[in-house]
Amino acid sequence: MLPTPLSLADAAVAGNVVSLESLLDRRRVWKGRAMPQQAGHIATGHATLDALLPTGGWPEAALSEILLNAPGVGELQLLWPTLARLTAAGERVVLVAPPGIPYPSAWLAAGVDLRWLSIIQTSGRDALWATEQCLRSGSCGAVLSWPQQADDRSLRRLQVAAETGQTLAFAYRPLKEAVNPSPAALRIAIDTQPAQLRVLKCRGGLAPAMPVPLAR
Amino acid sequence: MRWVCIVLPQLALDAVLRASSEPEAPLALITGTAQRRVVQAVNDAARELGLQAGQSLTTALALSRDFTQVEYDHGAIARWHQFLAAWAYSFSSQVSLRYPRALLLEIESSLALFGPWPRFEARLRSELTALGFRHRLVAAPNPVAARMLANAYDGLAVSDSQMLHEVLARMPLNRLGLDSKTASALARMGLRTVQQVLALPRHTLAKRFDAGLLLHLDTLLGQRAVALECYQPPEQFEVRIELNFDVESNQALLFPLRRLTADLAAFLAGRDSGVLGFVVHLEHVDGSRSQVDVGLLSAEREPNMLFDLARGRLERLLVQSPVRAVSLQAKDLPAFVPEHRELFDERPQQSVPWQQLRERLRARLGDEAVQGIQAHADHRPECAWQATAGSKPPLLGDSPPRPGWLLSEAQALRERAPQILAGPERIESGWWDGGDVRRDYYLLLTRSGQRVWAYRTVSQDEPGPFMVHGWFS
Repeated sequence: MLPTPLSLADAAVAGNVVSLESLLDRRRVWKGRAMPQQAGHIATGHATLDALLPTGGWPEAALSEILLNAPGVGELQLLWPTLARLTAAGERVVLVAPPGIPYPSAWLAAGVDLRWLSIIQTSGRDALWATEQCLRSGSCGAVLSWPQQADDRSLRRLQVAAETGQTLAFAYRPLKEAVNPSPAALRIAIDTQPAQLRVLKCRGGLAPAMPVPLAR
Repeated sequence: MRWVCIVLPQLALDAVLRASSEPEAPLALITGTAQRRVVQAVNDAARELGLQAGQSLTTALALSRDFTQVEYDHGAIARWHQFLAAWAYSFSSQVSLRYPRALLLEIESSLALFGPWPRFEARLRSELTALGFRHRLVAAPNPVAARMLANAYDGLAVSDSQMLHEVLARMPLNRLGLDSKTASALARMGLRTVQQVLALPRHTLAKRFDAGLLLHLDTLLGQRAVALECYQPPEQFEVRIELNFDVESNQALLFPLRRLTADLAAFLAGRDSGVLGFVVHLEHVDGSRSQVDVGLLSAEREPNMLFDLARGRLERLLVQSPVRAVSLQAKDLPAFVPEHRELFDERPQQSVPWQQLRERLRARLGDEAVQGIQAHADHRPECAWQATAGSKPPLLGDSPPRPGWLLSEAQALRERAPQILAGPERIESGWWDGGDVRRDYYLLLTRSGQRVWAYRTVSQDEPGPFMVHGWFS
């Protein structure tokens, strides 16, 4: 609860001592509120990333956005540890409109139990609808979606659906969307040269400036 | 108190009214020969117009013209009787259709499951009301007494034979179900109630009347057992609703559809089975039929879910010409296995179970939209997966790293000279089934930083272009 530089200057100009209460009453002081600490968190499985994120992992029951310029830059490596843990616990993981066929041996090697993996082949508005239905149902552990055109409104719907269904939601979107604001609780951009992760936004704290190297 | 009799006083009328979207409109059931048409039954609104059962159609039409005429259909009444027996079968394993327009249920053994009689009775009544049938209910120690008491009472519960004697003694003789000759003979003798008949010496009754009277009285009082034929539920479900007007939009079909699916659910609950697939037939004015197939992946019987699925399919259908009748057929009725649920749900808002969600997705996106994936032991990448949810993962040998994404069709790589990170790995297989491949696979790094799994077809001539077959994500 420190006075801002502005109000300190005000006090100095006025040349007298101003009581804290009056400053607060005049709404000249910004009071930092303690953010409610997230009770549970879901570790990403990448220790350096976990350490950077204020929630200590993926934000629970919220939408996380992963921005990349093309498939094949490590976007699955980022999630495989989480998916492996969820499927091992018998939670369903749904892929909505994925860009390719999940290669079973690679997913098995990553520890994902394919019995709990479901793929929904669709496109366009139906992909957003299906994602929302899956999130809202609450019967899935995580929903990964590749929406082709997702505007601010539809992302907000996904965010609300993730909260309603208490489900982890991931949306893969093009890197050029990084400049547009988004209602997602966490936004991570994947850079290729050098291979690294940049946290663009994270709910509950300032986005860390330091990128996380991505081992390929 | 062992038997319940449910009397359905206007079964034929209810069967027509429940299929109509405007049950309040005046309606009359017409029967009789072409020369002499007679009103068989009327609903309340038609009664207010002055119509009565037994009137000739000419009289009725002279009184008013604003009522709907529906043919009195004996076949339909028998079908609805059967349907209600199937419904009653969910409460008791002994259901009898011995009397027309009435159901007999053995309830002594059901009380442990459905609670004490007042609660059970309330449930029977609420379900019958929801299904759209008017009814009178009487519980009595034996089935014949239950049926006969239902002629005079509604909601009576007779618990023991002592009470049965008292109640029966007060019954008027003309309500007892005696044949008309015996009944009129007794009436001419000045006998009005059962008590007066029972007070007479037995041997005089035996002398004056045939054996039927004493037999009937004995079975009524429970002194003689009666053998009932029990109802056996049919193996499949089929119900048809004839619409009394032409329907040209999908929306207007939703009402009969909701009735049909609710009836199916009631039938399934009675059999303790689920449904794996059913067919909705729309019969058009011109005699053609359109068919809506609804398939499910697991046996279900929840009425709202069945309705939602059928609606999803129906809405995609374009109704070409007006519809006259809707029917629903279900043949695949396996045993219903309730979904395994945790006592303490980890997710408090788990509102829609996965099976239901999957059906909802399939209903809108198509049957093939939701898939599982399974590994298949084959070296060729395009054969190394199967689009089914496997029960058990097959054992795979160690293989070199494989990409996370596989492309369904390989694409030519646009770049000229990508950086080769690993390879080549020769995959040569499939000469036995016609899908012969000879390829060298490479792990490439493109200029944009993508890790690409690409191959070159091995041939005698110069190596072909790189074909992208997957991405290492």
